[in-house]
Amino acid sequence: MDINTWRGIFTTLALVAFVGVWIWAWSSKRKSAFDEAANLPFADDDIDENSKGGHHG
Amino acid sequence: MDSQTTYNYKVVRQFAVMTVVWGIVGMLVGVFIAAELVWPQLSMDLPWFHFGRLRPLHTNAVIFAFGGSALFATSYYVVQRTCQTRLFASGLAAFTFWGWMLVIVLAAISFPLGITTSKEYAELEWPIDILITVVWVSYAVVFFGTIVKRKVKHIYVANWFYGAYILTIAVLHLVNSAAVPVSLTKSYSAYPGAIDAMVQWWYGHNAVGFFLTAGFLGMMYYFVPKQAGRPVYSYRLSVVHFWALISTYMWAGPHHLHYTALPMWAQSVGMVFSLILLAPSWGGMINGIMTLSGAWHKLRDDPILKFLIVSLSFYGMSTFEGPMMAIKTVNALSHYTDWTIGHVHSGALGWVAMVSIGSVYFLIPKLFGREQMYSVRLIDWHFWMSTIGVVLYIVSMWISGVMQGLMWRAVNSDGTLTYSFVESLQAMYPFYFVRFLGGALFLSGMFLMAYNVIKTVSGARAFNAPVPQSA
Repeated sequence: MDINTWRGIFTTLALVAFVGVWIWAWSSKRKSAFDEAANLPFADDDIDENSKGGHHG
Repeated sequence: MDSQTTYNYKVVRQFAVMTVVWGIVGMLVGVFIAAELVWPQLSMDLPWFHFGRLRPLHTNAVIFAFGGSALFATSYYVVQRTCQTRLFASGLAAFTFWGWMLVIVLAAISFPLGITTSKEYAELEWPIDILITVVWVSYAVVFFGTIVKRKVKHIYVANWFYGAYILTIAVLHLVNSAAVPVSLTKSYSAYPGAIDAMVQWWYGHNAVGFFLTAGFLGMMYYFVPKQAGRPVYSYRLSVVHFWALISTYMWAGPHHLHYTALPMWAQSVGMVFSLILLAPSWGGMINGIMTLSGAWHKLRDDPILKFLIVSLSFYGMSTFEGPMMAIKTVNALSHYTDWTIGHVHSGALGWVAMVSIGSVYFLIPKLFGREQMYSVRLIDWHFWMSTIGVVLYIVSMWISGVMQGLMWRAVNSDGTLTYSFVESLQAMYPFYFVRFLGGALFLSGMFLMAYNVIKTVSGARAFNAPVPQSA
């Protein structure tokens, strides 16, 4: 096959992957998992005896 | 307490303290060579103090010793805390510390002696390259081993960025360092001519993209939410940010080789991908800054937060400037001038150094069982010295760089050059002095930090937080 065909296929795949990541990230199914992940830095707050800790917001 | 029930803070402490030490050493060499450009007699005609030999010492010290220590310290801390498990293979982690320190010492010896591969940011000769490979593979084992034994379901986004940085640097280092040794201290690149140049700048720009960006974005995604006391603005955006950034950076390297022997199409690919890079870079920056949304008042009296948020502003500035400079017609003016040096320092001092400094101020009290740093006021002083220092540095280099570019390309109506090179050199002098002042101010801030760290640490006992057992 002509190399330009491969270039076209690669570009299309890259575009599909990019749009796919957006759709995946914004799907409502992922919402709770992402919320949980986003709070990981605060999940072990209480063990920092010396940290000023606490997240409010 | 038994060591398995506490986090491994020892290696974090070692790297965190060395971040401050190497920051001072690397920036001191930088200020010295900046002074040499104003007062060339400073080299005392000794080859070891020649600008050409000390410049790679400066770049390697600030990137790999200062930045590297900050990355090791924070990645080891963040991966443990967000995986809620002790670091995998403590012995190997200790080896990465001592191994990395040995690499730095060998660099500090070999560069002044004139031992170099002459590949920018990859100047270390082959025996040291092998040592780097061994240390880096150990680093990867420790980091990914910790991810594997994590006690939580998710891999926090900061770890994705750290992981990408560790993996990519391994690949870059192996490919770009391929060389044929002719003696213990001399080797020749395995690649010929233009291919060697392309491999070098594929390495070089991804060292910027993954060592100096992805790793520090990992820092941003942990320390900005922690210090602000609220989760990152949009976790969804952080996912898109990650995949878009790592897949775009890979292709931007050729913009370092505009108008060279590199094929024109490759130059154009580099330019286009550099322009696209603006989107993920700014997406990430906005995500970090907007984390403060609704809590902007915290910026007023928290100098650590100031360091972190202003670093993101500099990140936004330099990731706007970078794509612009990658445009061929702009590059025709900016390349080989001081503008490039200014651009690099707005990223290196404004972004990389300031986000590291903020993170280390966050870490030090936690690692030594203190409530907070010895003096918050001194952090504020440090913040303003750094900010003014960076601004002096980049503004002087902008003016000097654009002026150089314009003077070099100016031609008379008969086609002869308007200015000789020496005339442009003379015009640069005052700006080189301002750059020296800016650098010296930034360095002075680092001394303030060292004093603050010493006061915080002295009399304190090393503190190792317990691993949560319920998780």
